[in-house]
Amino acid sequence: MKVKPMSAEDKRVWLTIAGIVVLGICFLPIGQWLFGIRYTYTVRVVALGGSILGVISGALGCFAVLRRESLMGDALSHAALPGVAVAFLLAGRDLGVLLIGAGIASWIALRFISALLGTTRLKQDAAMGIVLASWFAGGIALLAYIQSIPDASQAGLDRFIFGQAAAIIESDLLLISGAGVVVLLALALFWKEFKLVTFDQEFAGANGFQVGLINTLLSTLIVIAIVLGLQLAGVILMVGILIAPGIAARQWTRKLNHMVILAAVFGAFAGGVGAVISAIDADIPTGPMIIVVAFTLVLASIALAPGRGLLWSSWRRRLDSRRFARQNALRDLYRYALSHGSPATPVPDTFVRGIGDRSAALGLRQLLSAGLVETMGDNWRLTDAGIEAARRDAHSLRLWDLYRLYADDMDLPLLGEDRHLDIRDVLPADAIGQLEAMTEQRPN
Amino acid sequence: MNDRAPLALSVEDLTVAYHSKPAIWDIDLGVPEGVLMAIVGPNGAGKSTLIKAVLNLIPRAAGTVSFYGSPYEQARSLVGYVPQRGSVDWDFPTSVLDVVTMGLYGKLGWLRRPRRKERDLALFALEQVGLLDLVDRQISQLSGGQQQRTFLARALVQDAQIYFMDEPFAAVDAITERAIVKILHQLKERGKTVLVVHHDLQTVEDYFDWVTLLNVEVVASGPAAEVFTPENLQKTYGGRVSYLHDGQVLAAGD
Ligand SMILES: Nc1ncnc2c1ncn2[C@@H]1O[C@H](COP(=O)(O)OP(=O)(O)OP(=O)(O)O)[C@@H](O)[C@H]1O
Ligand SMILES: [Mg+2]
Repeated sequence: MKVKPMSAEDKRVWLTIAGIVVLGICFLPIGQWLFGIRYTYTVRVVALGGSILGVISGALGCFAVLRRESLMGDALSHAALPGVAVAFLLAGRDLGVLLIGAGIASWIALRFISALLGTTRLKQDAAMGIVLASWFAGGIALLAYIQSIPDASQAGLDRFIFGQAAAIIESDLLLISGAGVVVLLALALFWKEFKLVTFDQEFAGANGFQVGLINTLLSTLIVIAIVLGLQLAGVILMVGILIAPGIAARQWTRKLNHMVILAAVFGAFAGGVGAVISAIDADIPTGPMIIVVAFTLVLASIALAPGRGLLWSSWRRRLDSRRFARQNALRDLYRYALSHGSPATPVPDTFVRGIGDRSAALGLRQLLSAGLVETMGDNWRLTDAGIEAARRDAHSLRLWDLYRLYADDMDLPLLGEDRHLDIRDVLPADAIGQLEAMTEQRPN
Repeated sequence: MNDRAPLALSVEDLTVAYHSKPAIWDIDLGVPEGVLMAIVGPNGAGKSTLIKAVLNLIPRAAGTVSFYGSPYEQARSLVGYVPQRGSVDWDFPTSVLDVVTMGLYGKLGWLRRPRRKERDLALFALEQVGLLDLVDRQISQLSGGQQQRTFLARALVQDAQIYFMDEPFAAVDAITERAIVKILHQLKERGKTVLVVHHDLQTVEDYFDWVTLLNVEVVASGPAAEVFTPENLQKTYGGRVSYLHDGQVLAAGD
């Protein structure tokens, strides 16, 4: 499929990815210098764990964002807490067991929410809100109970509330990456189905896809991502690391695959950097640290991203108004001059400025520096080059008129009419030929 | 149309209820192969519901549906669908070409990915609806009419036998409307059956040769010339419709 050369946007996406990677690498020495971080073995494990978890939540989080299920992510992560506690009571403190407990609780919450929605008239946000609060309350109560058991007081389960990257040890890495590979593999395998169902459920259903099954599968993957991320961000802030990378990535691209890759990279950055900073001192909770990093990425993306970013769009608007000002000024001069004799007739300054004041001045300045007009006292006059440009423009407009009238009859390719473009740049040469023939048949 | 033509769609006793209030009730419908059929009725008459129920997208309270004599499960690949335009999020990060390619996902089945051949088919469909210059456009940057054409192209690549279109003419300009009508006629010429939810009573007889008047129940269904009558329209819309075909004006309650 990739025969076409990369578009400007694709390049930008890859550049952004490269930029983030470089930034992540640069962070290592900067962190050492600024925060006195020593890259001990433990810190390296934590950093690696944090980035892998960031990749998983970033990638899956895109779908939560696109399905407008951010609140769902929040409900599911809060709902994991009682699962952790019950698993601890039943089977002890092994991380794998705790996470399975978390996953089961979260998944039950998911099914419970869909059951509520399917059988009652509760609105989605209400159903999620009620599940979030009750599951979380249950979790807190169970944690308090566990604290009160004498020999379990050191259980350290509170790390699931705010996250504690420093608790990640080498054996956890294996678990995390194993689960991560499975999740990402499933995402790649069912990519087409996930995309279709996220975009248009009805159409997917009408095409014979089992929408319910696909939805459940996708939600289950999101639950796995959430559960894995809990050690990092904790149940309260997990939703942040789930959706922030997706939101940031959405600003940079208009393609789903790029969005997911970019979100994974953003997630890795936030997870890794946040985890390392918090590893400086066991008292710094990792969740809030990661959220700070992720939120910075979101802010930067909203401000800077081309296409959607604030800076970019205001810059783009400026460019547009410059271009249109120039085009309009040229047209106005040419029309006035023609109607007062020849194209080279001087046009009084008061006339040009009278029609478009600020924008006219902007246009004239550009025409002047391009050598298309010259000043003659208080008048403006088109130069030869200016006349040529104006003629081309007028001719293009004429062809556009003919195109609108006859495109259908002459079976020309259907186009959006972008009249500010030269039609000869837009239509194929033979179509232009047909239109030119028209101008000769119908002079005027 | 004669009675011997095979039925492209046959619906019996179809009832759908939302919260125990029937949205469509006891629908019996036989649509012969190769007709262009308008589904006409007031807002809330259950037109969209009928289409969704026929396509198995919502649960039925009762009734059976068959396509060319087979139940939906066996006839899926025969069915094409153009949903109401407002039913998706047009800010989804994807391009026009990509959306149209989605029409081929069903044929590809699980796990297989669209390739060059699928891309070419999608481009061909985009050419038919006149969107060839917008293939790489992000869908959030489309006008309403262009969105409608995109959906139409996506249905065309499905290469179905029977098409269901929910209000394809909603809020499109005269040019797009003409383009869509042209495509409907091409489909008919190729022997396809097309069911279209349509709101403009003025054009029903020009565009369609078969009409179903629906208001929760089927008021009438058959060849346009026989069915699209002032009496039937009044039965469907009540006294609310006074402006009828042939520029004829029907005094309300007449
Ligand atoms: N999801 C839903 N839950 C509850 N009621 C619904 C739902 N969808 C539709 N209805 C109701 O069912 C009835 C039929 O709706 P439907 O959308 O089929 O009408 P329609 O004929 O397509 O109308 P329109 O011309 O406005 O598109 C309406 O009274 C509507 O309020
Ligand atoms: Mg409808």
